[in-house]
Amino acid sequence: MASTTPAPAVATARDAELFLSVEDLKVHFPTEDGLVKSVDGLSFELRRGEILGIVGESGSGKSVTAQAILGLHKGSRARISGHIWLDGRDLVPLSDEEMRGVRGSEIAMIFQDPLSSLHPFYTIGDQIAEAYRVHNKVSAREARARTIEMLEKVGIPNAPGRVDDYPHQFSGGMRQRAMIAMALICQPKLLIADEPTTALDVTVQAQILELIKDLRDELNSAVILITHDLGVVAETCDHVVVMYGGQCVEKGSVDDVFELPEMPYTWGLLGSMPRMDRVRQERLTPIPGQPPSLINVPTGCVFNTRCRFSDHVEGRRCFTEHPQLLPTAPGHEVRCHIEPEERRRLFELEIKPKL
Amino acid sequence: MIRFILVRFAGMILVVFIVSVLTFGIFQLAPLLSHTSPVYYYTGKVPYPPGSPQLQALIHRFGFDQPIPVQYWQFLTGIFGKTITDGTSAPVQCPFPCFGYSFRQNDLVSTLIGNAWPVTLSLCIGAAILWLVGGVLVGTFSGLKPGSFVDRAGMTGALAAVSLPIFFTGPVLLLLFVYTLGWLPGTGYVPLTTDPLGWFESMLLPWVSLAFIFAALYARLTRSNMIETMGEDYIRTARAKGLDRRTIVVKHGLRAALTPIVTIFGIDFGTLIGSTVITESVFNLRGLGYLSIQSVRQQDLPVILGVTIVAAVALVIANFIVDVLYAVIDPRVTV
Ligand SMILES: Nc1ncnc2c1ncn2[C@@H]1O[C@H](COP(=O)(O)OP(=O)(O)OP(=O)(O)O)[C@@H](O)[C@H]1O
Ligand code: SF4
Ligand SMILES: [Mg+2]
Repeated sequence: MASTTPAPAVATARDAELFLSVEDLKVHFPTEDGLVKSVDGLSFELRRGEILGIVGESGSGKSVTAQAILGLHKGSRARISGHIWLDGRDLVPLSDEEMRGVRGSEIAMIFQDPLSSLHPFYTIGDQIAEAYRVHNKVSAREARARTIEMLEKVGIPNAPGRVDDYPHQFSGGMRQRAMIAMALICQPKLLIADEPTTALDVTVQAQILELIKDLRDELNSAVILITHDLGVVAETCDHVVVMYGGQCVEKGSVDDVFELPEMPYTWGLLGSMPRMDRVRQERLTPIPGQPPSLINVPTGCVFNTRCRFSDHVEGRRCFTEHPQLLPTAPGHEVRCHIEPEERRRLFELEIKPKL
Repeated sequence: MIRFILVRFAGMILVVFIVSVLTFGIFQLAPLLSHTSPVYYYTGKVPYPPGSPQLQALIHRFGFDQPIPVQYWQFLTGIFGKTITDGTSAPVQCPFPCFGYSFRQNDLVSTLIGNAWPVTLSLCIGAAILWLVGGVLVGTFSGLKPGSFVDRAGMTGALAAVSLPIFFTGPVLLLLFVYTLGWLPGTGYVPLTTDPLGWFESMLLPWVSLAFIFAALYARLTRSNMIETMGEDYIRTARAKGLDRRTIVVKHGLRAALTPIVTIFGIDFGTLIGSTVITESVFNLRGLGYLSIQSVRQQDLPVILGVTIVAAVALVIANFIVDVLYAVIDPRVTV
């Protein structure tokens, strides 16, 4: 790329380093009951070739975040602030029409429920080819050939014969493969997979995750993988963001977060995760209590209504002061008032033996 | 597909058969319950008193002394043509489709219906086009932005339109456009084949007033379907692909939102053929509705029977077309 003015050194370094950088993202929905703060001050970074996991309970704001990156809230009443830097360009101020060129070509998304996410009245082939033809000036025949090629790549047997099937004629796993083919047909640089395997059985789930990893390797794309399932994160991702009540409560490399998690909510998630590599002493322990209201977000820590450890903090700071997301080790950040040494001690003594 | 069509077609024949049995039965029952000879219903005023040999002869001539199944069989085979005579005037040839002779109106029932149906069909088709286009347009724009000004205006209009009956809107339109402004000629049907422009002018107000109520219903239906469809996951997928708004709304949204409307439209249209009485009366159109109301008033049994069967056939054909169409437009329907 020949440019007239050289870009500042810092910016170029940053662009090369960080492919996606979400800064203080807020997505608020005005509703009749009040302002729903679905995402409230979320930040994370992602490099090309990396897979970032976003985990959290239902309603923690994972899908809303994903849709914000794709600009799907544009044209709705949602209030969005912050920055979403993609390859050095901020996507937040773009109009819906400007965002249209980015969707599908630079960023593609795989949705949770492939049956309802595919149009019941058009064939699989038509729907995938349509995704290709929006961003590529090709004939219907070329698009069809490319569609069949993609279906073969994602492992649909007899792709030339199945391309004219309707979604209801595909099995659940095949539909998800078709969704992946649709998402990847324009070779996006960022792929967002929103719970791509939730509805599928374990074998198919493993195959789909393998497929996503292969394609990451092939295209050197960045991938965001949204899931409830920490097992999936452990197997697939490089980094992880733990979300609770629309906020990031802990983030870091998968190794750090799984070896030495420091936030009580992450401990709870780990405790509720089935693991095959250790003998379980107890049954799975789901975190007791309800997720917080996103309209009247509790003052203090978002997790304080369910946290067993708030008495490890002096005074009532957990209920009065919102904890900051602070680094505890290089690349590992935690949002909790408990002192880092104390957190590590608690984890080693009380949590780890029960996992 | 062929099998599917054949099965539906057989079902259609069966329904017409049942309707014909039912109507025939009802019109057997009527004279029985009122203790009058069917001859009076059949031929109108007969100068012979009950019990007289002349009356017995007439009853015999028309076959009313036969067992009812035989009478039904004769009625059915008669449809394919027969000769009708009352014994005094010259015999009349009644070719297929023969529904008998109206002694009140001195004409073959098939001729009466033949003159009436183009009127009713013109009325129904024109009104259907108007209400489909109007209702779907208003409903789509309302449904795309629920709560907006366009939506509120559209739905207020629709509410007003459903609450205004044709015997109100019809005369008001006539008063305004024919008698006050004089923009349109008076009432009465002008055949399409003789004067297309005159036909259009004569039908415009009937179309509008008949379409009014339906347009309102279809606008509401389209609106709620559209709101539901635009919230579907596959619309989100369409947006995620980077499609433009028009493709999303028309190709992905309307395609799904209008599919259930096809069914309802088929039934509405079929039913309408037999229920245009008020519109035809208001605008003095001699269609099927007018014919049936006139026959009921004159107790003209053969005409009532004929019109009923024609209306039933229209409904059944409309349903058949809808079934086939639905299988074509919704790939999930297994044929
Ligand atoms: N358009 C909207 N208007 C109002 N509230 C919304 C809207 N979209 C999402 N929300 C709310 O935002 C919160 C977060 O939703 P989101 O779909 O991101 O959860 P999630 O983490 O993806 O959960 P799940 O695991 O169940 O998919 C929910 O409480 C939801 O009710
Ligand atoms: S800040 Fe307090 S309430 Fe929140 S997680 Fe830490 S100890 Fe628990
Ligand atoms: Mg979700």
